[in-house]
Formats: sequence, structure tokens, C-alpha cells
Amino acid sequence: MLEYIYQVTGLLLIAFSMQSFLDRKNEKRLGTGFFWLIYGLSFCLGSFIPDWLTGLMILALTLIAATGLFGTGNYQQSDSKFKEKQALGFKNKLFLPALVVPVGTILWSQLTDSSALIGLGLSSVLALVIATILTKCNPVQSIHEGRRLLDTIGWAAILAQFLAALGYLFSQAGVGETVSQLVQLFIPENNLLIYVMAYTFGMALFTIVMGNAFAAFAVITTGIGIPLLVVAEGGNPAIVGVLGMLSGYCGTLMTPMAANYNIVPAVLLELTNKNQIILTQFLPGLSMLVINTALMYVLAF
Amino acid sequence: MIDLWPLIGVAVITVGLALRLNTLLVILAAGLITGLLANIAIVEILSMLGASFSKNRYMSLFILILPMIGVLERYGLRERAETLIGTMKSASAGRVMLSYVLLRKVTNGMGLSLGGHPSMIRPLVAPMAEAAAHKNRAPLNDNEKHRIRALAAMSENFGNFFSQLIFIGAGGLLLIKGVFHDSGYELSLSDMYQWALPTALASFVVFAIVGKFADFRLMKRISSKAEK
Repeated sequence: MLEYIYQVTGLLLIAFSMQSFLDRKNEKRLGTGFFWLIYGLSFCLGSFIPDWLTGLMILALTLIAATGLFGTGNYQQSDSKFKEKQALGFKNKLFLPALVVPVGTILWSQLTDSSALIGLGLSSVLALVIATILTKCNPVQSIHEGRRLLDTIGWAAILAQFLAALGYLFSQAGVGETVSQLVQLFIPENNLLIYVMAYTFGMALFTIVMGNAFAAFAVITTGIGIPLLVVAEGGNPAIVGVLGMLSGYCGTLMTPMAANYNIVPAVLLELTNKNQIILTQFLPGLSMLVINTALMYVLAF
Repeated sequence: MIDLWPLIGVAVITVGLALRLNTLLVILAAGLITGLLANIAIVEILSMLGASFSKNRYMSLFILILPMIGVLERYGLRERAETLIGTMKSASAGRVMLSYVLLRKVTNGMGLSLGGHPSMIRPLVAPMAEAAAHKNRAPLNDNEKHRIRALAAMSENFGNFFSQLIFIGAGGLLLIKGVFHDSGYELSLSDMYQWALPTALASFVVFAIVGKFADFRLMKRISSKAEK
């Protein structure tokens, strides 16, 4: 069943790519079009083609992104007067289709045995249908609107899958073990609180270095979180994982490497000290890290 | 003796990102180098990347939501959100920013990314907070203005980060699920998002305290000016 949802996603991506190719106002329409085409094919064919071929597709996607061949185009957007008028008309009904997604997903996972992911996929399609009926929007235009949003996210759309693939490769190559051994050199055995702190503070620190909690997560979790907290101490993996990720976000608050959140806004807001946002966030971020550590210590064991 | 070679990949990522090279390129390079140093053949490296990439397609299912959000935006979703912020009868800068934190968390929980530094903080939240701070007291000096703006940026980050994992289809949750799956643990999304709620609540309280403190500092200037 999940495979069908992947097929739909792949087809949507291919539709995006077709629209990109035809978008004359986009100087980079070939690069953008090929990017979505290859990505869409990876969704549709992923289960059927050999893995190294998917690996090659990943290379192609990276090349297109790295050489700057990706760009935004024209999506026949509505102007702001139109939007304001429609907003006045629909008021809070506009939020209704959006609510369908989380509500539908949760209902599905409660009422059926199958994965919440299937619920997510089905709810998304249902929400789109409801939105189109409510607004009387042309279905083709809805694809343009989806493309607009995805193009804004850009090549970063594949980042989550990419980082997961990297995490897997890292763990196969022994990075997790090295981190694990290094950590155990320094911390006393069987002290649960120190283990928890090693994980949460390790997540924050690694995120500060890498600038991105997703990138830190796979390494620190396989290196510290799983061997020390789940295997050795029997912690609940769901709680360890979620609070671990949230600890990583505490690190994001403190690092100039997370430029989009800390440095770019400082420029946007015309602050004389480019690091002022980081300085403002440091103590509250540290407090949240301590809170997350305490929550994990209390809830997961 | 600990084998430190695998850590070269980490070094590559750190240096690459610090040099502001394209993230995908840096990650790919780090992966390839790490794999080669571990004596894994190139074809096998590609296979591992490909296999993991395909297995983790579910992380990108948020793409299915985009047309719906795009349609709603076409018909004024952001404008409606702005109206809602504008109708807040806020007494203070801290209150304005705290309401924004709440809005950000609730909409994140619905899977909508309605906020952002360029779209909400700069044009709306920061000026509204400054205006609220300005009420009933002397004009703000530059230091005070900058402090409020930095706090406004913090409200976006606090509101955004600590509500990321409340949405059941969040990319972060899917990544967590994927990493644990690779180590043999099956986690369920409907279980995971609930554990993000205590932190979301805690971050709201922390920001409320920070906001109250900021308001207090701003108000003190009235009393000290009045005494002069």
C-alpha cells in the first residue's frame, strides 16, 4: 500500500518536472526539470531498479544542485489584492483543508493497523481535493502552486533522505563505533545521568559543529544514543530519539553555522551585532537542553 | 587503539559546510571518502546510498502536502494569518512575541510552515513588538530596539524548532524512525509525536519568562526617567 503512495509522489514530481520544462520564464528550467524528473523516477522505480543505479541518480541530483543549475520560475501566481479579498471571504475556513492532514493521519493510525505513513499520504490527497473544491481552484493550477513551494525549498527537499543515507553509510563504515569508543574513554560506566547527558550534550555539540541537527542525529544516535541508552540501559527508543533530536535543535540555536536561522535574520533585522541573535538565544537554549536532558532521564527509563 | 580514520568524514562535513560549499556535495563527498577509507568498493558505496535513499522515501512524503498548501496560499492563507496576528490586543512586546510563538507552534503542529524570518518576523512581528514596547514610555534607544528585534528572531526559532516534531508527518520524526530502523528498532509515528509535547510546552514557558523579563527591563526605564 505504501508503494502506491510512493508512485503517486513520484508521478507528482514528474508532473512538476514537465511543468518546469515548459516554463519559459525559468532560465534554469532544464536543470530544475531534470532534477525533479530524476527524483520522481527514483520514487517510482526505487523498488524495482538495482541500488547502484539509484546511487547514480543521487550523484546526478547532487551535480545538478552543486553546479547551480537549479532555479525558480513563473507559477502564474495570484496578486496580493486577489489574496486579500479571498482571505476576507473565506476567513478561518482556509485552515480547514490543512487540518485534514494531521487529523486524518492520527485517525487512520488509531483506527487501522497499518502505518501512519499511509494515513499521511491518503490525508494529503484528500486535503488537496477538499481545498480544490472549497476554493474552486483549477486542478492544473494546484500542481503549479505545489511546484512553486517545492522550487522554493529547492534541492534541500532531498536533504532528509540524503542525510539518512549518509548516516547509514557512516554506521557501516564504523563512525558510530569510533564515537562510541571515544565517549566511553571519558565517561564512567553505568552512570545513567552521565550517559543521558553525553547523548543530549553530544547532540547539541555536534549540531553546533555541523550546523544541522539532522546531520548530527545519525552519527550521535548510533554512536552514543543507541549503544549506551537503549541497549545498555534499556531506554525507550522513541523517547530517546525524539528528545535527542530536540536536544540537537538546542544546538542549532547557538551556532553561526545555522546561518538561515541566526545570521541571515540578523542581517534582515539590521542588527549591528551579527551574533546578537545567538547571544540572545544562548542561555534559553542551554535551559532547554537541560530540560530535555531531565525529561529524557525521567521519562525514558 | 581506537581507529580514528572514520572521523575524517565528520571533518570533511565540518570544513565543507564552514567553507559554505553546497551541502549535498559536502555530504556526498564525506560519504564517499568515509566509505573508501573503510575499504568499501565504489559500486558498493553507491548501492548502500541507493538502498538507504529508496528505503527512506517516506521522509519526503511532505511533498504530497505542497499542492494543497499552495492552493490555500493562492487564496490568501498568509493574509489570513497576518490578520489573526494583527487582531491581537497586545499590551507589551513580550505578549506580542509570545502570541507569535503560540501561533507558530499550533500551525507547525498542523504541518503548516506559516512563519519565517523574512515573511513574518521582519515585516510583522518585530515592528509590532517595537510598537507595543513604545506605548506609554519614552522612545526606544537603538540598543533597546535591537534587543527587541533579536528577541523577535528568537521567538521564530523557539516557536519553530520546539514544535517541529509535534506534526505526525514531520521530516524530523521520519529521520528518527529511519535511523532507529537501521539499528533494528521499529518506532511508530503515532507514538513519537506525543513525546515532543512536553518540550513544546517547556519552550513556551521559557520564552514567556524571557519575554516577561524583557518587558520588565523596558518598563524600568519609565520609572527611572520619571524620577529624573
